[in-house]
Amino acid sequence: MAQAARPGQLELAPPGLGQRLATAVKVFFRLLAHSKAGFLGFLGVLFFVVLALAGPIIVPDAGRPDMTKIYQPPSLEHPLGTDYEGRDVLKQMLRGGRAIIVVAVLAATLSTLISIAFGALAAYAGGWLDSLIMMLTDVVLTIPQFPLLVVLSAFVKLDRPWLLATLIALLSWPTLLRAVRAQVLSLKEREYVEAARALDLGTTRILFGEILPNMASYIVMSFTIGMTAAIYAQVALYFLGLAPLAGENWGIMLNLAWVRGAIFYKDSLMYILAPVLAISLLQLAMVTMSRSLEDVFNPRLRES
Amino acid sequence: MRQSAPVARAPAIPQLAARRLLGAVFRSYALRRVLKAALTIYLVATLTFFIVRLMPGNPVDVYIHTLISQYGFTYDDAANQAAALFAFNPNEPLLVQYWAYLRALARGDFGMSLVSPGTPVTSVIMTYLPWTLFSAGLGLLISFLLGIMLGMVMAYRREGVLDHLLTAVGSFFQSVPNYLVAIVIVVFFGVQLGWLPITEMRGAYSPGMQPGLNLAFISDALYHAALPILTYVLTTIGAWMLLMKSSTLSTLEEDYVTVARARGLRDGRIMRSYVGRNAVLPLFTQMAISAGFVVGGSVVIEKIFVYQGIGFILLDAINRRDYPVMQGIFLIITFAVVAANLLADLLYSRLDPRIRVSGGE
Repeated sequence: MAQAARPGQLELAPPGLGQRLATAVKVFFRLLAHSKAGFLGFLGVLFFVVLALAGPIIVPDAGRPDMTKIYQPPSLEHPLGTDYEGRDVLKQMLRGGRAIIVVAVLAATLSTLISIAFGALAAYAGGWLDSLIMMLTDVVLTIPQFPLLVVLSAFVKLDRPWLLATLIALLSWPTLLRAVRAQVLSLKEREYVEAARALDLGTTRILFGEILPNMASYIVMSFTIGMTAAIYAQVALYFLGLAPLAGENWGIMLNLAWVRGAIFYKDSLMYILAPVLAISLLQLAMVTMSRSLEDVFNPRLRES
Repeated sequence: MRQSAPVARAPAIPQLAARRLLGAVFRSYALRRVLKAALTIYLVATLTFFIVRLMPGNPVDVYIHTLISQYGFTYDDAANQAAALFAFNPNEPLLVQYWAYLRALARGDFGMSLVSPGTPVTSVIMTYLPWTLFSAGLGLLISFLLGIMLGMVMAYRREGVLDHLLTAVGSFFQSVPNYLVAIVIVVFFGVQLGWLPITEMRGAYSPGMQPGLNLAFISDALYHAALPILTYVLTTIGAWMLLMKSSTLSTLEEDYVTVARARGLRDGRIMRSYVGRNAVLPLFTQMAISAGFVVGGSVVIEKIFVYQGIGFILLDAINRRDYPVMQGIFLIITFAVVAANLLADLLYSRLDPRIRVSGGE
């Protein structure tokens, strides 16, 4: 590492990246084990991620429309019944998670990157740059996000996952940025950062070497919150039919079940309930996980 | 014993000078907040202008071309018609149009509806906005009041059965998207169980009802708004409860509460005047965020319950590509949210002097 050349450097080498990651993972699990609900949430998130990855592989094909099997009740052949064109609901459920989660991960990655980069910059630079970033953040924070997405959908065809993700991310970074900035501001005053500064390690080295690694769990938390926001927005867009109903995902299922009148038949109750349950559970798992992380990181809450 | 009480109160001697100073700071704080609100509205207005004008297939050009090709208008006539509808003249340079657009907005002129000719966008907004303000506002208020009461109970009885139950229920409804809660209400209570006359409850009020400030109309409006309000309350109350609980818990550890207890004040009085009042303060900042969220979510909720508020009409305008109406509604929603933010900030700084002294960060 570069600092070896510096005069007066301590002999002790800083822990390597692998070691740091291992510690982070260990701490993460210890923290989750701290609360049962948080661990359940983590398992839930894991389940949905595996489903997103494996679902379309297990069920390579959602089946052809079959007009003789419309709105069938749950049976052995179709455990969740069939939809308005006679396709199996369970198969669609297994395949429909991937698109939602992919967009959510893309959007959360982007908004987390924006908020970490500019949040850390604002907290670290201070002065007018901080004021400028915070003012911009406040402005974007006040703009009603969902109505703006709805209006944009009239101009932009939201048929690409990355496009949808980018639009969602561009509107959802402000809350995360504020949290990141507050966190960096408090970390900045810690002894080990002071020490690094006293050693004249340079802003970049302090930011990436000292501050960000200590925010790892915090970043996981922000990422999860970003994902929930993205899922909320995109499912709503599909449900309202404002994003093209092409492909298979739970949002589109919700839209079709609602628009094609599945809600009026007792037999097809599972058709509309399945996506509702899946999305709710996914959101619940992620919120529970991020909240237990928050509990652990906020000592004031932990004491009570 | 009176000497020990004013821990939480302002010191008595330099009161006058301090108040004058605070007044000045507050004025500038209020001014800062107002400026920020104005800047937000200006930026959003600018954003919508450029979205409408610069996006591929912008509605003005599309409209002009439709008039020319389908109705045999000359270009000038079509451009004039478009200018009247969109409240700006498409032939002028962009900056001139932009200036005219801003001036029209300042006058409260949002242009005319494309789909229903002769209807100004302002009158569309005036017809439907009150219903959203009514349902969303009432939902927020009920949820806030209920939430702070339950939150305090949870803090006082922490680790009790009620605390655990409310925490679980509150977290559940907080994480589940509000439109899914609305869908479940319609599917279960409206259709499958048939407990609620879901079709009869549609609309903002019953057909044939004369709008007016009488008991019959108000109860009818409440009847129609009940399900949207229920959804808003269910999905936002969790946040209020949990916030109030943690805020109350930290307030309970403040010295002035200990002192109040030592003075032998009755528990009810301590809870109301010492704990409750101080614990509720930090929640006001959340009020603005919550208002934005509820108003934003109303787009989907009103669609599900077929409640004719501003969100319902926004979707309608989008489906019919009625751009001036869309644009006007988006601006008015933004305006409402910004105003709610400003109000909450000013109220908060009024209630908690520490904010305006420390600069409001």
